[in-house]
Amino acid sequence: MRGASCCTKAACICMIERDMSDHRHSRPSTPHLPRGALLQVESPIVPKDSISGRALVAVVAIMTFLASLTTGAVMLVRATASDWQSDVAREITVQLRTAPGRDAEAEVRRAADLVRAFPGISDVRVYSREESARLLEPWLGRGLVIDELPVPRLIVVKLDPGSGADLAALRKRLADNVRGATLDDHRSWVDRMRAMANSAVIAGILILGLMFAATVLSVTFATRGAMAANRTIVEVLHLIGARDRFIVGQFQRHFLLLGLKGGLIGGGAAILLFLILGSGATLFAGTAWADQFDALFGSFSIGWNGYIAILLQIALIAVIAALTSRRTVFQTLDGF
Amino acid sequence: MVRFENVGLRYGLGPEVLRDLTFRINPRSFQFLTGPSGAGKTSLLKLLYMSIRPTRGLITLFNYDIASLDSDDLAALRRRIGIVFQDFRLLDHMTTYENVALPFRVMGRDEASYRHEVIELLQWVGLGERMWALPPVLSGGEKQRAAIARAVIARPELLLADEPTGNVDPSLGQRLLRLFVELNKTGTAVVIATHDIALMDQFDARRLVLHEGRLHLYD
Repeated sequence: MRGASCCTKAACICMIERDMSDHRHSRPSTPHLPRGALLQVESPIVPKDSISGRALVAVVAIMTFLASLTTGAVMLVRATASDWQSDVAREITVQLRTAPGRDAEAEVRRAADLVRAFPGISDVRVYSREESARLLEPWLGRGLVIDELPVPRLIVVKLDPGSGADLAALRKRLADNVRGATLDDHRSWVDRMRAMANSAVIAGILILGLMFAATVLSVTFATRGAMAANRTIVEVLHLIGARDRFIVGQFQRHFLLLGLKGGLIGGGAAILLFLILGSGATLFAGTAWADQFDALFGSFSIGWNGYIAILLQIALIAVIAALTSRRTVFQTLDGF
Repeated sequence: MVRFENVGLRYGLGPEVLRDLTFRINPRSFQFLTGPSGAGKTSLLKLLYMSIRPTRGLITLFNYDIASLDSDDLAALRRRIGIVFQDFRLLDHMTTYENVALPFRVMGRDEASYRHEVIELLQWVGLGERMWALPPVLSGGEKQRAAIARAVIARPELLLADEPTGNVDPSLGQRLLRLFVELNKTGTAVVIATHDIALMDQFDARRLVLHEGRLHLYD
């Protein structure tokens, strides 16, 4: 039948042309086309630029930006807490309780020598009486006569990282050889610091989880909204004989690109922000507020891991948009 | 070509809108599907182009029981059917040329292979000057002709048209009817859903009359 229709179509066309000719004011004998019209690229089956598409890009960009900031903040807190923890753990303090009738200076020197000779110690610093007094200034004021108070003398000891100094042996040796000497390895501080750091990281991960769930839901609903505007296209393609995978492929590709565009805008803005803050901290290094900032947040750099995490987030959000469109197209097709 | 046996259709838990439909559509035949508004003409057309499935009964299209086909097979069958929708359903972001070429595009054909055919058909229906226009700037009649061109471009074996002359003046309506008749002569079976009695009187053809969900045949 198809063959027959091909053979007779020419005659048919002539008849219909005659029939239609009085309807048209004039009909060119050859196609009247704008110059180069046939060379133009075919329009995509799913419209590239639409209000719903632009709204989806905006939603994806905003949510990716917020999720990236949360990711960066969590990584920053984790890195900073870890730095604090290792700083504190690398230092121990020897305290010497002074007592009347004892040569405190001689005992301090003996304790310092003993510690210095112990393996795994990188630095020993004896706090002088004046320095000890200065430590108490914030509470007791200037002009403190330290001799009138039972203030212990301090020796700050830096441990050699990685040497694994035997602190129990050092504590015992100090107790055996220097009267009133005790060793504080800051364990209670380290434990508290570890607990605080872990809490901060867990809270950050929870916030990140919520943020990510919000991002996924927002992107899903925005994608569905954009898909609803394209329902007619799905219907028409379906009814003119397009296979399901052809229709799904068109939408999936379109929404993957929209998701990537939004993700790159939002994630790119977040990366830029972290770079600016990082270089800002470097530029203002040495100023009072920069020092405080540095003490709190270290270098304020999320590092390569942070940037890689943000890039992965961008890719993941784009994939979510594509998969949501895929699912929505299948649901729409199931409804026919 | 098409066979309905005791087909019934209801939407959800509502009453049956189509009842006990039994009829055939033969190759190269021409028929009007008519009946008062709300009689179920569009529902019957939807069953014919497999947009909905019957609640009961058997439908075979091109000797295939449509209930046993998967989505790929159904898509292949739909390519043998041309549909003219009452509301045209042209894609507004595509030119008239691209809309008419859409059936070839979903088949995966290269643009160069069908370009001449599409331009020829567009001229045939009087849209040669409007092929690069977008549907929103076309008149009702132009949209109607673009929709018809899209339906017939792939030379379907069965053409289904839902009120194809509903948006055009009587003169153009006559010409479009003539177009369907000529298409039928080239071997395409045609079903035109209409309640335009004047249009049906212009061409002596089989009439399928729907009334209160039942079909009456007037050969």
